[in-house]
Amino acid sequence: MNEHDKSDRKPNKTRRNLVVATSVVGGAATVGAAVPFVASLWPSERARAAGAPVEIDISKLVPGELGIFEWRGKPVWVLKRTPEMLQGVKADDPVVSDPKSEVPQQPAYAKNEYRSIKPEVLVLIGVCTHLGCSPKEKPAADKAEMGADWHGGFYCPCHGSKFDLAGRVIKGSPAPINLEVPPYTYLSDTTLLIGEDEKTKGA
Amino acid sequence: MIAGLWKWIDTRMPTLGSEWRKHAAEYYAPKNFNFWYFFGSLALLVLVVQIVSGIFLTMNYKPDASLAFGSVEYIMRDVPGGWIIRYIHSTGASAFFIVVYLHMFRALLYGSHKEPRELVWIFGMLIYLTLMGEAFFGYLLPWGQMSYWGAQVIVNLFGAVPFIGPDLALWIRGDYVISDATLNRFFAMHVIALPLVLLGLVVAHLLALHDVGSNNPDGVDIKKVKGPDGHPLDGIPFHPYYTVKDLAGAVVFLAIFCFVLFFTPEMGGYFLESNNFIPADPLKTPPHIAPVWYFTPYYSILRAVPPLFHSQFPGVVAMGVAVVIFFLLPWLDRSPVKSIRYRGSYFKTALALFVVVFVVLGYLGTEPTTVWGQFGFDAFFLDTRDVATWVARLCTVVYFLFFFLMPWYTARDKVKPVPERVSYHA
Repeated sequence: MNEHDKSDRKPNKTRRNLVVATSVVGGAATVGAAVPFVASLWPSERARAAGAPVEIDISKLVPGELGIFEWRGKPVWVLKRTPEMLQGVKADDPVVSDPKSEVPQQPAYAKNEYRSIKPEVLVLIGVCTHLGCSPKEKPAADKAEMGADWHGGFYCPCHGSKFDLAGRVIKGSPAPINLEVPPYTYLSDTTLLIGEDEKTKGA
Repeated sequence: MIAGLWKWIDTRMPTLGSEWRKHAAEYYAPKNFNFWYFFGSLALLVLVVQIVSGIFLTMNYKPDASLAFGSVEYIMRDVPGGWIIRYIHSTGASAFFIVVYLHMFRALLYGSHKEPRELVWIFGMLIYLTLMGEAFFGYLLPWGQMSYWGAQVIVNLFGAVPFIGPDLALWIRGDYVISDATLNRFFAMHVIALPLVLLGLVVAHLLALHDVGSNNPDGVDIKKVKGPDGHPLDGIPFHPYYTVKDLAGAVVFLAIFCFVLFFTPEMGGYFLESNNFIPADPLKTPPHIAPVWYFTPYYSILRAVPPLFHSQFPGVVAMGVAVVIFFLLPWLDRSPVKSIRYRGSYFKTALALFVVVFVVLGYLGTEPTTVWGQFGFDAFFLDTRDVATWVARLCTVVYFLFFFLMPWYTARDKVKPVPERVSYHA
């Protein structure tokens, strides 16, 4: 019988297994070859280094003033809150969706009424938790635009999310959670280190 | 001389002649193609326009965050003819979506997605998705305010995915924020990766179409009635009949295209947003962010869905499903007839409603949610009093009902008998 006549030949099991084994090994090699390409899309060493903590000087901020600084390319807000502003935060408790900051959007030392280490100094990442735009400050005087019960806060121009002066999201906003408080620590009374605190220092 | 040269080539590469005959000279297309059948060939024309203008733009563009914005201005002001090449490319992007949306609407009208053309439809949808990717990656390149913040919003959509979201967004950006690394990789995707995918898909779309044959406004199968020569009686060779017809369409299209190009290339902010003539500033969000018009129906759906369980992921899912659900159309549509000419009132009503909500969602997506003011009253279920948000929610529901109820209303629709041969009535 002709060797190439396929009519009544059973498949050669050894050959079939070799084909399967070769395919599996080849497939694994292909996946392996994809690794460096996928990995190359992660932030480079230089980008990681640029993510290092930054020191900022807040001595020039007057009470009620918002300072905008940069850390990891994101805006970091430092707001010197006046006693009236702090009262506004207290008054906002019923209208914010997470008054007690249960969602971990802040280091443990900022999980308190005013979401800060010192009540009068608020530190926030100025990036909306909805889709990453940077909200604008709207003072309490803007009641005409923001509604009668507005005690001052931040308004996101992209999709209309509202936050109070502790960065807590007002109910009914598209943003689901409060603004993030970055890790920070006081180097002195007027100097802040953003991006590093006692806990992350060792890491 | 020419005949001799052709014979010389044909004996060495007969594929050339046989493929030409298969796809043009002897590709029998139904003789009753109407206006709606211009948009397939127009899409191909725009693809060529985009590739050619794109190649010339890369000769002066610099994919570097510190140089990109300046290099686009350089193209606009200093490169001879640069301004027109750039406007051809930006106008072409919008023209591409106009043509593709009309092409897809044609399929809905005449049932071109139905058996046996499911694969044609799926390849077409993949082309549409790739096109969205092209548009998104390309929009970052001028490195204007809208480029930057638009990309920020879209990349953060991936950040909303539970568990892996933040890492996924970091991986896509290649940095903690949209930065030079992001710009560079988006450039690579825009000029190499996706165009290659696009070309491959276009070939697959056409091959799949030519295997089963073109549908027509009557939705009848022309292959059922063949003449003694074996060709469909209601078919005519694509070349020269439809090449000539499509050329006429191309002339009209190019006239309109050139009018936009010369007189209103930014289309009042719809084709090129005015904020994009300001360099990207990571610390300052423009007061109103909206995507370019062709994304706005989906963007409206994203905005319409309220956050659930402290996560905006449901809105992202709704938006994704709104796009992907088109893939299922051939199986959702249970109607025994293809063309709207023989469908009943259920489908006609549903399709009309769908077009209305698609346009309304598209319009609302270009505007802030406060565009139609606020309700004057308060109620416990009103999480927001913006009228536009509620209209968008209603439209979103209708949008999804069009698809989800389709198996029901298409199966129960009162259809008319489909004729044996194609007809010519409008």
